[in-house]
Amino acid sequence: MGDRVILGPYAPGTAVDAALDQRRSDVVMTVRESGLRGRGGAGFPTGTKWMLAAAAAGDEKYVICNADEGEPGTFKDRVLLQEYPDLVFDGMVTAGYAIGAKEGYVYLRAEYRYMLDALENVLEKMRSEGRLGNAIRGREDFDFDIHIHLGSGAYVCGEESALIESMEGRRGEPRIRPPFPVVAGYLNKPTVVNNVETFALVSRVMEHGADWFRGIGTEESAGLKLYSVSGDVQEPGVYELPMGITVNALLETVGGTDAAAVQIGGASGTMVTRREFDRKIAFEDIATGGSIIVFGPERNLLGVLENFLEFFAEESCGQCTPCRLGTMRLLEGVRDLQNGSVEPERIDALRNLADSMAISAKCGLGQSCNAPFGSILDAHLEGVAR
Amino acid sequence: MKTNEEVREQEEARDVGTLVRVTINGREYRARRGATILEICQENGIPVPTLCAHDDLTSAGVCRICSVEIEGSWALQTACTMEVHDPGMVINTHSPRVRQARRAILELLLAEHCGDCYTCAASGTCELQEIADDYGIRELPYERREPRFEPDDTGPSIYRDMNKCIQCRRCIRTCDDIQSVGALGVFARGPEAHISTFADMPLGDVVCTNCGQCITHCPTGALREVDHTPEVWKALEDPDKHVVIQTAPAPRAAMGECFDLPPGTSVTGRMNTAMRDLGFDRIFDTNFTADLTIMEEGTELLLRLKAALVDGDTSMKLPQITSCSPGWIKYMEHFYPDMLDHLSTCKSPQQMFGALMKTYYAEEQGIDPESIVTVSLMPCTAKKFESDRPEMVDSGHKDVDYVLTTRELAQMIREAGIPLPILEETSFDEPFGDASGAGLIFGATGGVMEAALRTAYEIVTGREVPFDNLNIEPCRGLEGIKMASVKLEGVVEEWSFLEGAELKFAIAHGLANAQTVMEMLRDGELDDLHFIEIMACPGGCLGGGGQPMPVNDEIRRARATAIYSEDEDLPLRKSHENPHVAYVYEKFLTDGPCGHKSHDLLHTHYTPRGRELK
Amino acid sequence: MTTRTRIDWNNVVQDVVDMRGEDHTALIPILQDIQRSHGHVPREAQNAIAIALDVSQARVAEVISFYSFLTEEPQGQYIFRLCQTISCEMDGKDEVASALERALGIAFGETSEDGLFSLEYTNCIGMCDQPPAMLVNDDAFGGLTPQSVQDIVADYRRKGEER
Repeated sequence: MGDRVILGPYAPGTAVDAALDQRRSDVVMTVRESGLRGRGGAGFPTGTKWMLAAAAAGDEKYVICNADEGEPGTFKDRVLLQEYPDLVFDGMVTAGYAIGAKEGYVYLRAEYRYMLDALENVLEKMRSEGRLGNAIRGREDFDFDIHIHLGSGAYVCGEESALIESMEGRRGEPRIRPPFPVVAGYLNKPTVVNNVETFALVSRVMEHGADWFRGIGTEESAGLKLYSVSGDVQEPGVYELPMGITVNALLETVGGTDAAAVQIGGASGTMVTRREFDRKIAFEDIATGGSIIVFGPERNLLGVLENFLEFFAEESCGQCTPCRLGTMRLLEGVRDLQNGSVEPERIDALRNLADSMAISAKCGLGQSCNAPFGSILDAHLEGVAR
Repeated sequence: MKTNEEVREQEEARDVGTLVRVTINGREYRARRGATILEICQENGIPVPTLCAHDDLTSAGVCRICSVEIEGSWALQTACTMEVHDPGMVINTHSPRVRQARRAILELLLAEHCGDCYTCAASGTCELQEIADDYGIRELPYERREPRFEPDDTGPSIYRDMNKCIQCRRCIRTCDDIQSVGALGVFARGPEAHISTFADMPLGDVVCTNCGQCITHCPTGALREVDHTPEVWKALEDPDKHVVIQTAPAPRAAMGECFDLPPGTSVTGRMNTAMRDLGFDRIFDTNFTADLTIMEEGTELLLRLKAALVDGDTSMKLPQITSCSPGWIKYMEHFYPDMLDHLSTCKSPQQMFGALMKTYYAEEQGIDPESIVTVSLMPCTAKKFESDRPEMVDSGHKDVDYVLTTRELAQMIREAGIPLPILEETSFDEPFGDASGAGLIFGATGGVMEAALRTAYEIVTGREVPFDNLNIEPCRGLEGIKMASVKLEGVVEEWSFLEGAELKFAIAHGLANAQTVMEMLRDGELDDLHFIEIMACPGGCLGGGGQPMPVNDEIRRARATAIYSEDEDLPLRKSHENPHVAYVYEKFLTDGPCGHKSHDLLHTHYTPRGRELK
Repeated sequence: MTTRTRIDWNNVVQDVVDMRGEDHTALIPILQDIQRSHGHVPREAQNAIAIALDVSQARVAEVISFYSFLTEEPQGQYIFRLCQTISCEMDGKDEVASALERALGIAFGETSEDGLFSLEYTNCIGMCDQPPAMLVNDDAFGGLTPQSVQDIVADYRRKGEER
């Protein structure tokens, strides 16, 4: 896999030391200049998010690490948290310093509870070494501690406002936005919510500098990215590659050149077929949080779509009409398609429903159903696989 | 790039309240900064369909039917949640994408709904039906979902059929935010999500006050009162029954709305005629027992004051709190079971009337109480529960047999084909006759307090309350919690211990406000108060759970105006001057207010219930 | 865990609330603790939590009903959660599912009569590089085969019987 940087050696505390050498506002500036965009999938510029939170009124602010990695096909955060927890936590401490927060939380999905003790141990070690807690690195003006909040099994809590609702002791139902969490988040205070990988990359940016990061990837999608690769490939696993890499190049790296179709971005992502394999994996082309699922020519793509829609129907919070009922109706439709008894008008009606959900659902879960629905249906109708 | 300072300045510049220019459907409008798109559309007469939005509630943005298109935004935005801040926003409320999305949402909702419009109590007032009609939905692209729920018809007051529910959550927000009760929740998730109670228990068995605010905030027929009209029809049709009806003050100020009269139209006399036409043998005014309540409750207050101030008796709790509102009583029993001593022991006017009907009235008229059927017309669903309380049998019979809400009586009038708006006006029947305006204003929040002050002040000082035309303005209006005081000076000899005292009182309506007051009381912040009026429903009885829909503050104000102007026009404005009340004390309750006989018939006790569920 | 002896849920709740606090943000940690120590959060406990945290019973119950790792019904001492999402689905989930049902003697959605095992499907557990995968309580297992599943079940059966 060549020299890895994100998943390379890291001396704990390096990022925090680098950050503390700068003024708080300069840390925000560095992150902005690196061009780092959120690695959860939505790609909001991290520096801008921090800047808004730093500027928001109020003394009490929070940093939350979204470790609710639930998108089908993604497991990079698992690897980061198990193998590079210092990298992630140092990124959170850096954020705390930059925006003026005193407390951070890791929202760890219930499915990753087996990491809890190890993560708590790392935090304890950080505290004992003066890298966490009061007066970090001797700086009287900087207190910051991290707590772990365990999830209870709900994919939608990966949506940042749902995550906050859950942390506040409620059903994990997405909030009305605006206001966004940077203005009114956890306990209605300004809150930065970033993905595990984003915090890890913040640490690397602090370590190697904004220019280094900016110099990798594309103009709009800077830097390195972790890809979780699964499905019909020789070597499933986590890959560290630049943003903007083509699907073809990625398939070559992972041993998936027999692929008929690739689902990029997990269940809520898009399926591309062979003729589109020269497209780039980047925010400006095919955006992803890092889930790459590869399908060989023998796969039943409608079965894949059915599996995804079952997932959405089970994981929809049920709050808004389009998602609560639309996921169920799309699933019904795909099952009918599988049984082979569907008129073309029905297919049009289902596409219309998916499109309507995309523009009217309350959060990303319902809004993104049309991406797999449309693209997998197209791939199926194209006949690229069984 | 902007500095933090610049960003902050920009934020601060977004002054709420100033006017900004927006474009809606190609026309320019001036909009209040910070207003939602929905508010701006409503103010300018641009129709936007809504289901989960309600004037009384904070926006939830869950039904998505009010989605509109905003230039520059890929996804649609819900008009009920999207505020206008920046000038120049370009909004389209009926673009092809908007109509496509709304139609998709409607189709999903309608295929989920059991669709029994012709047997539904909400037919004609149902908001879902109306939008479906506007969109001309004639067929559904889905198979209708099988009904998933057993309707709950076991409660004393409220009937729930979740097969008609569209999960707008207005009931939940009402129960949580306006009433602080929390009887309802959303359970499961995704397509299995549904509104229910703890452990799917019947509403009658959970912590529920039966206030019915969930009903008046429901856009469909999923929530309704328990229907007493069949029993009432049966009684009316039975020649051996003597059927009397008492009518509370609030229905007359709202009944007209069921017959397309504007809110705030008082139909007292016309309603009396309609009830006669329906076949009720006697029409009585609950205001009579409201006047009686003032005599009893006012006396009780003065006795508590005397006990506290003269005798140093701390067992008689102050402040005294009103007990007319059965939703409020049940709230107290659940949430403040240790503070029931503050409640006046007076029965509500409904139950006082019931007890008198089958005793005093039966004796007076020489009618066998067994053959009397007492019906009451109430703005309230909790009154159904109250009439069923096991202790409400002091006459030796069930004091009040049936309770009709304003909506139910309107239904009966419509079924009978009685043209209420054009009927002649008639009066109430003897021996209770017309009551005072003080009794009438019981229908509005603050009314009991105002009525009590008109009487108590005069009893104690020998003079009328020092307010212009007896209108005690500090008691009026829709502010959630009102506090005021009246100084007692130049008191008559009997009440000399009150000389110079400042009578302090508070008024709250809506149980969330009541909760605030109770928490303050518990924390010792209201120890100097003497009297508190609490009504379970927002606006008081005129905003009750049995009143017509829709309801909002504008409608509540109109109903209040109807009540207050009728009060002002009445010859009799004070409870203690009601000659019929004096007559009852002379002939029947001969040991006077709070005497033994009235204690037996007109006073009651309460049940500490707590919040634990079995 | 799922002992049939009578449990004083008020005490159970009080102990957990003493540790976690009465703030609303403590609700889910409290539910998680009780779920973990007792295998479920029964109605009696929900009732007591509602009163301790001064929230409605409906609120407590609706939260439990939302999260798949919180249950009102008793669950087994060991909960087998087999991933049903796509990468596992494509790589032998069905065979492993049958093997699990045979080895545990229960179907999906069931809890064994001795209270030892529950079997259910779960959505993506982040083990897509090692399909098919499952969780047994807090342990993750990947690359499952019908054979390996038998050994895993045998291990837990032994552990469970030792306790």
